[in-house]
Amino acid sequence: MLKIDSPAHLDTWRAELVDATDPERQRIAVCGDTSCRVYGSEKVWSAFTNEISQQGVDCSVDYDVKLTGCHGFCEKGPLVVIRPQGIFYTHVGVKDVPEIVSETVVGGRIIERLLYTDPNSGETIQQEEDVPFYKHQLRLILNLNGILDPSYIEEYITFGGYGSLSQVLFALTPEEVIEKVKMSGLRGRGGAGFPTGLKWELCRNQPGDVKYVICNADEGDPGAYMDRSIMEGNPHRVLEGMIIGGYAIGANHGYVYIRNEYPRAVKHLQRAIDQAEECGFLGENILGSGFDFKVRIKLGSGAFVCGEETALMQSIEGRVGEPRPRPPYPTESGLWGKPTNINNVKSWASVPIIFGKGVELFANIGTENSKGTAIFSVVGNINNTGLVEVPMGISLRELIFDIGGGIPNGKALKAVQIGGPSGGCIPAKHLDVPVDYESLNELGAIMGSGGMVIADEDTCMVDFARYFMAFTQEESCGKCVPCRLGTKAMLATLERICAGDGQPDDVDYLIELGNEIKSSSLCGLGQTAPNPVLSSIRYFRDEYEAHIMDATCPAGVCKGLITYSVIPENCTGCMVCLRNCPTDAISGGKQEIHVIDVEKCTRCGMCRSVCKFDAIKVI
Amino acid sequence: MIHLTIDEKPIEIPEGRTLLDACHEHGIHIPTLCYHHALEPYGACRLCMVEILHPSQPSRLVASCVYPCEEGLIVQTNSAAVQRNRRMTAELLLGSAYNTPEIVALAEELGVKEARFQMPEEDSCVLCGLCVRACDEIVGVRAISLIHRGVSKKVSTPFEVSSSSCIGCRTCELICPTGRFSLNEITAFQGVPQWDSKYTRLYRQVFEDSDLRPYFVQDVSTLREG
Amino acid sequence: MQISINEIHDIITREALGEGSLIAALEEIQERYRYLPPEAIILASEQLGVPLSQTYAVATFYNAFSLKPKGKHNLCVCMGTACHVRGSPQLLDRLETNLGIEAGETSRDRLFTLETINCLGACALGPIVVTDGEYSGQMTIQKVDRILKGIVRAEEKLDAQN
Repeated sequence: MLKIDSPAHLDTWRAELVDATDPERQRIAVCGDTSCRVYGSEKVWSAFTNEISQQGVDCSVDYDVKLTGCHGFCEKGPLVVIRPQGIFYTHVGVKDVPEIVSETVVGGRIIERLLYTDPNSGETIQQEEDVPFYKHQLRLILNLNGILDPSYIEEYITFGGYGSLSQVLFALTPEEVIEKVKMSGLRGRGGAGFPTGLKWELCRNQPGDVKYVICNADEGDPGAYMDRSIMEGNPHRVLEGMIIGGYAIGANHGYVYIRNEYPRAVKHLQRAIDQAEECGFLGENILGSGFDFKVRIKLGSGAFVCGEETALMQSIEGRVGEPRPRPPYPTESGLWGKPTNINNVKSWASVPIIFGKGVELFANIGTENSKGTAIFSVVGNINNTGLVEVPMGISLRELIFDIGGGIPNGKALKAVQIGGPSGGCIPAKHLDVPVDYESLNELGAIMGSGGMVIADEDTCMVDFARYFMAFTQEESCGKCVPCRLGTKAMLATLERICAGDGQPDDVDYLIELGNEIKSSSLCGLGQTAPNPVLSSIRYFRDEYEAHIMDATCPAGVCKGLITYSVIPENCTGCMVCLRNCPTDAISGGKQEIHVIDVEKCTRCGMCRSVCKFDAIKVI
Repeated sequence: MIHLTIDEKPIEIPEGRTLLDACHEHGIHIPTLCYHHALEPYGACRLCMVEILHPSQPSRLVASCVYPCEEGLIVQTNSAAVQRNRRMTAELLLGSAYNTPEIVALAEELGVKEARFQMPEEDSCVLCGLCVRACDEIVGVRAISLIHRGVSKKVSTPFEVSSSSCIGCRTCELICPTGRFSLNEITAFQGVPQWDSKYTRLYRQVFEDSDLRPYFVQDVSTLREG
Repeated sequence: MQISINEIHDIITREALGEGSLIAALEEIQERYRYLPPEAIILASEQLGVPLSQTYAVATFYNAFSLKPKGKHNLCVCMGTACHVRGSPQLLDRLETNLGIEAGETSRDRLFTLETINCLGACALGPIVVTDGEYSGQMTIQKVDRILKGIVRAEEKLDAQN
């Protein structure tokens, strides 16, 4: 690859690449994200490359059969999109490939059985953009995810990549860059929502020649994977944002701190860094501007607390991930004591878009105080599990039902957990709340990094809160008393309640303790750890009371409070549950109604999962 | 000079000092556990929280041992919010170190008689980190550190075996606020014979006078000279 | 696995690029040996000029590092929120019962290590179990039983051959 040494050179190269791409040519995009790969998408992609050459189709194997980043609609993987027609196929298997090539690619015909079926209308939908999941989204950051192959920088260039960088380095001063970011209204997408432009300004104004920028790709919230998908699917966009940020702040070094549980994202990011260096977008005298910038990857080592910015910096410095007191804030004294600007993956990825599409366009999306788009990973009890990008201010109802496709198995929605272990749950009655920073805070949740977990009527909210508390308790670094001992006390209380040993004072104790932990913990982990508990008490106090006063678990989840029994009317006496019970708690012969011995039953759920006649009930 | 208000008193203090410094200088009592004037502030025990009031924003609690004095700050060191918070912190400590006299006394001073939650096992180590920090900052040997994390966090030598770098100065024992720390856990090494005898004498003499206990460690060399 | 002091030394030298390389060096050693031998911690401390107490603290703080050798087969259950609401606790329960060990432990015959992980980021496929690096999605108790049986049978075959 040639080194690009000026904006004009970049323009020429881009023009050449665009010229070489025939928009009418068939292009097959197979989703290569980790989730789809588990479904076997890599094999599907190989099958396509083989089939294309075998059938002698006029479709270049190298450029036109791509293994792209995450398309977002993870529930329906492996996903394949045939362009330019935009035909959208779901659950594609290796055995479907020859047919797709001969029928759709060559013959221009649709294969009905592979199309997406709208569960509400029962109709099949051909075009990707008509699928309700995509139709209601506004994909600014994720727009190239299902289109380009992240292994090739040329693809990013073809779509205008590094154009924003080129514009910024030559047409704007660092101060002007900061002004534009401020005007765009971009707020930190890591969860706190601090105005990004202001943060950059604070960092720039610090004295000193050595400054750092960091990309926080630690994404520790369980259930959140949008940062992973951006890093896997379009890492160059993040890099471009960081280089622009470095220029604005006056930093020549950047680090991407990414968790080691994301090996593919690390691989793609490293490859992107290598290619960017080869082409001259990283390194010395970028595009001939005189600005130097280098990026290195630092791996996380399995500590959720290292998503907190000061603990993250400790980790980069080779220390234990214990947060530092703030003030001083990282913009003043960060990595190795130097002014440091830390932003989340999505914040960095938004930057080239602001300069590429314009400040006004960005600022026109969203609400008064929350501009731009938000990306959520919508998971849990939802029909369309996946990644969605929506304008700030969209209602939860639209997100969950129009995009998410509603709740599976006809169950009712109970609550939406936003913000992971630091966030809160929003009950079904608040579905019309607009999704923006302030509205969510008012309801006791937080925007967070974007993890959104949908809980249906079969979820026990006490158990749910206990789950989050167990998580934060395990991840607590242990330095400060309120978090270390306080979360332990909260967890022990919740465990007692779930086991049927709740005391009447427990709920008030949880509220009191939770509030004090929030006020005095050293870092964001402790300060937000009580949120899931406090918000579940706020909206579902009746469930807590049921556990404590009536020793029942209304949702039928908490093992100590439920009993499994056979529904005689449905039992056919097939003996499948009997044979599978690990504690031999079921008795009965062939075609005899089975009986569960509650003394032996451990409520493991095995019988329920093997029974084909819905004959096991939980009370 | 910085001007701020603490407990409605106008205070003047040079730049670069913390709120706790200001309180100490003006005779305002703040309970602490992990603070020692010879060591860098650590901010772990959270007993020293004070309330910062702001005309247009909700008030918040900050750790006075690490929070810098800023121009115009309005601070309350014993407001209702502060008291509630201190009591909860003390209650949590009591729930862990329930047989430790110093912690029981500290809790009682703040009005806490019993802990609603008790850890399954009593542990009189409150993880204030003074021993580790002293070994690092004053003695410079770094024989011990805080290992593991969360509730499993504890003070230990590498590999939890007898230390080969400990010099037996006993600063860790002397600085421990609960008297929990025992050198025997750190090293089987009995100390340099010559100054051990003089050292033990002075140690015993000063150690018994518990008011002085947290304060004399600043000059280890005076101990050596006996 | 044989521990090679030379190899460890080389890994550390390679990773020693500037400040803060301790964690990168330990990560590579962990990847190579699937645990951190005490020699590695001591060597890292010496070569990188970091006090041993700090190196040991780092080695025990982070979940990615293991101070005990892991079993031949690694079974990892994702306990992320999405997998949780889809039933991962029951899967873990089942594995713990069948293997006779708790999460984080290695079986006595050193054949199995059972672990949990807090979110792999493949939530659409939950609940997920990773067996020796291979991801299996939409797991049920039956599927988990089958995987375990498969490994045990393969090991028995190996035993018989030897």
